Amino acid sequence: MTISPDAWQAIGLTLQLATATTVVLLLIATPLAWWLSQTESSLRAPIGALVTLPLVLPPTVLGFYILIVLGPEGLIGEITQALGLGLMSFSFSGLLIGSVIFSLPFAVQPIQYAFEAIGRRPMEVAATLRARPIDAFFSVALPLAKPGLLTATVLTFAHTVGEFGVVLMIGGNIPGETRVVSTQIYGHVEAMEYRQAHGLAAGMVMFSFVVLIALARLKKRTDRILP
Amino acid sequence: MSDTFQLKLKFTLQRSNFSLDVDLTLPGAGITVIFGPSGCGKTTLLRCVAGLERPMGVLRVSNSVWQDSSAGLFRPTWQRALGYVFQEASLFEHLSVAQNLEFGLSRVKGLAGRKALQAAIELLGIGHLLSRAPQGLSGGERQRIAIARALATEPQLLLLDEPMASLDIARKKEIIPWLERLHRELKIPALYVTHSLDELARLADHVVILEQGRVKASGGVAQTLSDIRIAQMVGDEAGIMTEGMVVDRHSADHLARIRFDQGEVWVRDDGQPIGQQVRIRILARDVSLSLAEDDQSTIQNRIQGVIQTISDDRHPAQCLISVRCGETVLLARVTRRALNRLGLAVGRAIWCQIKSVALVE
Repeated sequence: MTISPDAWQAIGLTLQLATATTVVLLLIATPLAWWLSQTESSLRAPIGALVTLPLVLPPTVLGFYILIVLGPEGLIGEITQALGLGLMSFSFSGLLIGSVIFSLPFAVQPIQYAFEAIGRRPMEVAATLRARPIDAFFSVALPLAKPGLLTATVLTFAHTVGEFGVVLMIGGNIPGETRVVSTQIYGHVEAMEYRQAHGLAAGMVMFSFVVLIALARLKKRTDRILP
Repeated sequence: MSDTFQLKLKFTLQRSNFSLDVDLTLPGAGITVIFGPSGCGKTTLLRCVAGLERPMGVLRVSNSVWQDSSAGLFRPTWQRALGYVFQEASLFEHLSVAQNLEFGLSRVKGLAGRKALQAAIELLGIGHLLSRAPQGLSGGERQRIAIARALATEPQLLLLDEPMASLDIARKKEIIPWLERLHRELKIPALYVTHSLDELARLADHVVILEQGRVKASGGVAQTLSDIRIAQMVGDEAGIMTEGMVVDRHSADHLARIRFDQGEVWVRDDGQPIGQQVRIRILARDVSLSLAEDDQSTIQNRIQGVIQTISDDRHPAQCLISVRCGETVLLARVTRRALNRLGLAVGRAIWCQIKSVALVE
């Protein structure tokens, strides 16, 4: 079986999107998860719910609203236009924003649970050993939460690779710009090109399987470190 | 031991189901044991000293002020020169033993290098554990490392929160000699929280008794333990502690003779050399009283004294009698019936028969 240039392009774009989403999300989700795990603020519940929302909403609903906000009449759309950046809908950067929001709970929750499992004690110990809070965060909390961070990385990456509804809503299906593997498969099926669809679909099944094995191994190691 | 170095702490802290209100001046040397029943606020008090809780009040350690609410001053924990040993093993699980010990070194300004760390490693006998991971260590070893880690930062004050509470009896036995060694060689003051009278008798120089967030007593260990109010509070384990010296060893009987100011007792010989200073503990329930010296008894330790006070005990059938024997005061727990039959009263000369003496150090 040979892989067509179109398919390669879709695979490349998918990996690019998943990598970018994962990097951006880890940067956003880590402080957010820390705040959620530590705060006693009354904002904790509503913000926690907001973070979890993408988990329960149909991707089309999410995609619809993101499309509107990024569009010519939307808040962000107006800003990007005023800055001379044009519109982000139907572009890779729009897709990236959609993916980040869509996968937010998959990144925040494992990290938050890891921080909660550590508890307050290690941070208190660090403080009694003269570590200032930011120092204690990087030298104690973050290393102890490593299993949670790894889980978040794997889940975010895999979830982005498997995303379809949001991509279709925000990105359309522009080859080389917004056409990822899942939308490519959809395109093949629409066009009755079952053989090409099979190639990509089987690849996705294998990829997902490998990811789940990796997660299981990760979990086993975590249990050993934090009994 | 300088008298000018003192700890001054005055805290009030209000919680929904608990309040802490203490005002203490503590010696600037030796171990002060903070003793009391569960939930009396011992740990909270220690956390206030460490800045892990935020009470209102004043905290002065030697001549530096760590907190003064009226001036809006509150040094965060990481700016306080203290060492804290938590109740359960609190080693960083992602670091090796050596990395745990070194954690504080780079974070303390003006530290005299690794000298304190080396001394602490030697003091606690953990040199052979340095390359290990915390996961493979026993509870006792973990606590010794936690103590060394705290000492490595050259703190001005050491805080220990029930360091033995999470250990089983075998592990306690293993760590006690190290704590006694720490007690002998520690150059800084320490606050040691416990609800164990045994630990108190072994390690305390000064005692603070807490009850429901209030200070019930604060004083020297011998004086506090012979206080009737404290004896009533601690119940079954009530008893006195006094310091003495091994003056004789009887090898055939495996007994050692301990002299303390005006009295002498024979105890089981545990190998302490003659001349060694020891602490002995005599429980009130192990002391019986007799009007005349009774040499027809298996109880060989007898000391004469004068009845000083007769007080109610927790159960109405019993009373607590304090007997002055020279400088030492013994406590005896006897029944009201025996008291009345023998016609015992304050001022009466009496023989104390001591069934059992525990050597605690």
